[in-house]
Amino acid sequence: MAGKTLYDKLWDDHLVRVNEDGSALLYIDRHLLHEVTSPQAFEGLRIAGRKPWRIDANLATPDHNVPTTERSGGVERIVDPVSRIQVKTLDDNCDTFGITEFKMNDIRQGIVHVVGPEQGATLPGMTVVCGDSHTATHGAFAALAHGIGTSEVEHVLATQCLITKKMKNMLVRVDGQLGLGVTAKDVILHIIGVIGTAGGTGYAIEFGGEAIRSISVEGRMTICNMAIEAGARVGLVAVDEKTIEYVKGRPFSPKEQDWEKAVNAWQTLVSDADAVFDEVVVIRAEDIQPQVTWGTSPEMVTSVVDSVPDPAEMEDPVKREGAERALHYMGLKPKQKITDIQLDRVFIGSCTNSRIEDLREAAAIVKGKKVATTIKQALVVPGSGLVKAQAELEGLDKIFLEAGMEWREPGCSMCLAMNPDKLGVGEHCASTSNRNFEGRQGFGGRTHLVSPAMAAAAAIAGHFVDVRQVNNA
Amino acid sequence: MKQFTTHQGIVAPLDRANVDTDMIIPKQFLKSIKRSGFGPNLFDELRYLDEGQPDQDCSQRPLNPDFVLNKSRYQGCSILLARKNFGCGSSREHAPWALEDFGIRAIIAPSYADIFFNNSFKNGLLPIILDEKDVDQLFVEVEANEGYQLTIDLENQQVIKQDGTALAFEIDGFRKHCLLKGLDDIGLTLEHANAIREYESKRKETAPWLFS
Repeated sequence: MAGKTLYDKLWDDHLVRVNEDGSALLYIDRHLLHEVTSPQAFEGLRIAGRKPWRIDANLATPDHNVPTTERSGGVERIVDPVSRIQVKTLDDNCDTFGITEFKMNDIRQGIVHVVGPEQGATLPGMTVVCGDSHTATHGAFAALAHGIGTSEVEHVLATQCLITKKMKNMLVRVDGQLGLGVTAKDVILHIIGVIGTAGGTGYAIEFGGEAIRSISVEGRMTICNMAIEAGARVGLVAVDEKTIEYVKGRPFSPKEQDWEKAVNAWQTLVSDADAVFDEVVVIRAEDIQPQVTWGTSPEMVTSVVDSVPDPAEMEDPVKREGAERALHYMGLKPKQKITDIQLDRVFIGSCTNSRIEDLREAAAIVKGKKVATTIKQALVVPGSGLVKAQAELEGLDKIFLEAGMEWREPGCSMCLAMNPDKLGVGEHCASTSNRNFEGRQGFGGRTHLVSPAMAAAAAIAGHFVDVRQVNNA
Repeated sequence: MKQFTTHQGIVAPLDRANVDTDMIIPKQFLKSIKRSGFGPNLFDELRYLDEGQPDQDCSQRPLNPDFVLNKSRYQGCSILLARKNFGCGSSREHAPWALEDFGIRAIIAPSYADIFFNNSFKNGLLPIILDEKDVDQLFVEVEANEGYQLTIDLENQQVIKQDGTALAFEIDGFRKHCLLKGLDDIGLTLEHANAIREYESKRKETAPWLFS
């Protein structure tokens, strides 16, 4: 019999029962909650007179709606009344049901996908779900993690299980070594460009190969985070020494005898050598250059040294129309050089790129320089209060502020513009977030997805530049 | 949950691939703490010429006359014909809530994003998968015939045209059963409460750190 993939192992470890039709009841170890997708779930529990199955498996924090400007006035001072109600509703629900919540002004508050790993609330071998598609992030720890809808949030609260079907296995292997100035973000954008935005639909993608092994745990989180942008609900990276080192000593991590026992169990969380994948995609690391998206889907991506494609050269009519529509929306011309795209705003943040290593990467580029005068705003939004504190300890905040950037409080911010941070109509933004959909960062806004280093370099130049040509890089 | 047995309705064609959930229901409407009332903001940025705000009276807003759902021939539609990878992007269940609140009962497309697909079933909204060539043909027929309707027979897993020809579709047995009966997943799962407890006690032995 063939060996098991990492996904097979995680699946088998959490199987409560299999129904006659092949659907399964899967046990959930960690349930993360935020204010946007949970209120209707709590309401559902209340109406049905149900209680959460296992309180201690849940961890909540508000992130999507919270303002990132000064907020010592607390929730009552959130200007937008609907945002305020949503944040308050999360606080009330967590208080009522006894769920641990890092409230808005707790230093541990932040983007839910930054907070989970930072606290050790995400551990190898766990199943982790959250009403947010970027839950795939936690797969960087060899945890089976994916986004769920609000009905499923209610289902997990009530039963600690999910009704689900097994996905297929895909291995994306990145062979060789990444070039200088090429980051985890470039790797995942390149992969999405190769397999397409629906390429991973129905699969759990394991990212492997020499290049993935050489990337830090935080970089792996960036990669798994965007698995969903390739259509895959689940992204995974096998456990290695880096994973175990990262998890060690965090508040929710196992202690003493449990630690030894856990580490032994975690070391098995790799795909067996003879495991069979339904699909294998091989990428050569040397082919990956710094990436920039030019369109309104993450698969509309190219390298910074290239140009915007010409839809007229596309054979598939649906693809051609999509590209034409995207260029119209983006205000770009076919064959325009990527480095000629002028920018209005820069956003460094989001669950994709707001951890300490991302901020270090950006700060290294801007150190001693000034943001171009044509840039209206360059926002730096740390992923959590603890990331913010660490960055300030290292003096990164000063580097950003001296360059003319804004240093904000943690939250999702301009990634999806549910709070006041948003783009104006027609504005181009170099963004370290994950989606360049129409209107995502604000009505009529034009998003270009890039790495933190590329965003920082673009802020200084006022347009895209190849970060490998920048002095500090 | 709303039952789905058979449904007949007007078909509206949304001719673009990769329709994402930000398009289906833009983020400013996700701030609601209710499940209902999203219909007027379905496809908000495509449907209206101005930028929509929560709690606005949408009947006073300027409509985009080119958008399919605004065309008089598709008024009252309840079946959406779409292209591949429909519903990609975020996990927001507000997307199926908005479609359902607008009056859409079924979608026909060659493929869907996983989370959206899953969320739809939880809300009595049936996402039907047909071959790309059948979908192409339906687009042609819908555009050529004003008032074009289809009948969906879930029990027999068929999309039936007005001339009586039928297109068969596949559906997971459990999901079909739940839709036909309008069953609530949670109630069904709790019938296995003992199996869940048994799993937990075994898991506590092998992985105690998950329970401390």
